[in-house]
Amino acid sequence: MSEQHTRHPIQVKVNGVARSGHAESRMLLSDFIRHELGATGTHVGCEHGVCGACTVLIDGVATRSCLCLARQVDGCDLRTVEGLGNQDGTLGVLQQAFKKHHALQCGFCTAGILMSCVDFLRRFTSPTEAQVRDMLSGHLCRCTGYTPIVEAILEVAHQLKTEKAETSHA
Amino acid sequence: MKPLAFEYKRVDKVSQALQWLHEAGENARILAGGQSLVILLNMRLAQPAYLLDISRCEELNFLRQEKDMVCVGASTTQAQLQFWPDLVQAAPMLAEAIPFISHYQIRNRGTVVGSIAHADPSAELPLCLATLDGRVVLRSRKGSRELDSVQFQQGMLTTAKKSDEMVTEVRFPVAKAGHGYAFDEFALRRGDFAIVACAVDAGPEMIRLGIGGVADKPVVVQWARNDSASYKEQLNDLAWQLNAQDDQHASAAYRRHLVRELGHKTIETALSRCANNKD
Repeated sequence: MSEQHTRHPIQVKVNGVARSGHAESRMLLSDFIRHELGATGTHVGCEHGVCGACTVLIDGVATRSCLCLARQVDGCDLRTVEGLGNQDGTLGVLQQAFKKHHALQCGFCTAGILMSCVDFLRRFTSPTEAQVRDMLSGHLCRCTGYTPIVEAILEVAHQLKTEKAETSHA
Repeated sequence: MKPLAFEYKRVDKVSQALQWLHEAGENARILAGGQSLVILLNMRLAQPAYLLDISRCEELNFLRQEKDMVCVGASTTQAQLQFWPDLVQAAPMLAEAIPFISHYQIRNRGTVVGSIAHADPSAELPLCLATLDGRVVLRSRKGSRELDSVQFQQGMLTTAKKSDEMVTEVRFPVAKAGHGYAFDEFALRRGDFAIVACAVDAGPEMIRLGIGGVADKPVVVQWARNDSASYKEQLNDLAWQLNAQDDQHASAAYRRHLVRELGHKTIETALSRCANNKD
């Protein structure tokens, strides 16, 4: 069997837990996450970087997992939507805000958008609506018209900022 | 929508990549951010036998100002450049152009050098490189050479890079005192490829105007500083010279219209900044 079809061992951290699997050189990260690791929260839409549904965090940076090979992330720290909930199984802050604002209907695009938000809100702690919409231009949502998504993200940004201010004053 | 099989090699040292390129030649492709190449792989428009992945090559991950040049290594992402604290000061044209590149999530992984090596005629970074008269550094096992943008970018997705060479670095000239810079583009949706993109470097005596998205590569013209009305005539002549084509996104006539209107607007913006930047 040629090297091209060898299944190489890949070790990653997924949401803080060490995981391993095997991948041929040509295997996309999106397929590795879903089929090798069984984490099907990450969705696959277009497979050419347009829709954003497969967005995950690689070493904290929001990236299309369909435009990355599994072998490229050997040893990396991955975060997927499965890591956003609280330990007790309840929804995390972002997820709660999405629910409250009806920021999803069919939910296909949601996992990718949530992961982009994690990265974005870390870098932009007081984002403007224009900045949020610019970030969201990298995601296609055919249900909501985006307005409720923008509202949810702005609310979370405000909430995180207030919490941070309270902690630093305490 | 899955790539054909290939052999993957992770590059930790440039010398290693150059050796592999020497052995595999045109059967090998350099993979950096992959935000253009993996799309081509998924669609099977590219079918290399070897992929040499430089995305984690520390030797090529740099971003620094050396004298009058901003030097960017081949594994440095567009987001790294965008969030570089010195960018607005050192290269205001790039600071204005980068937000037009695709989307936040793509810039996070896409590289500066990768976009220039890919040589898409409507891409922002090759247009900036051409307008600013930047340099492309190519290395092979035999040595290295430095080309300007005209020498490097030869046409649609075509460059002067030989099969045993890789682009290791690009260099953008630092903003000059007394010059005004501007970048603007028109696309159908945010993040789409530009129908027409304009970049302007306005100096005390000359203005340089670069147009992307119309011809098969960025086209740069240099005009003497003049009154505003004469630029309109020159822009009209330029619009016709670019040999715009009809396609499903825009008609040739609309592209000429955009060259005239967006070109004029971008020149005006650069000139106004020129006046504010006299020191």
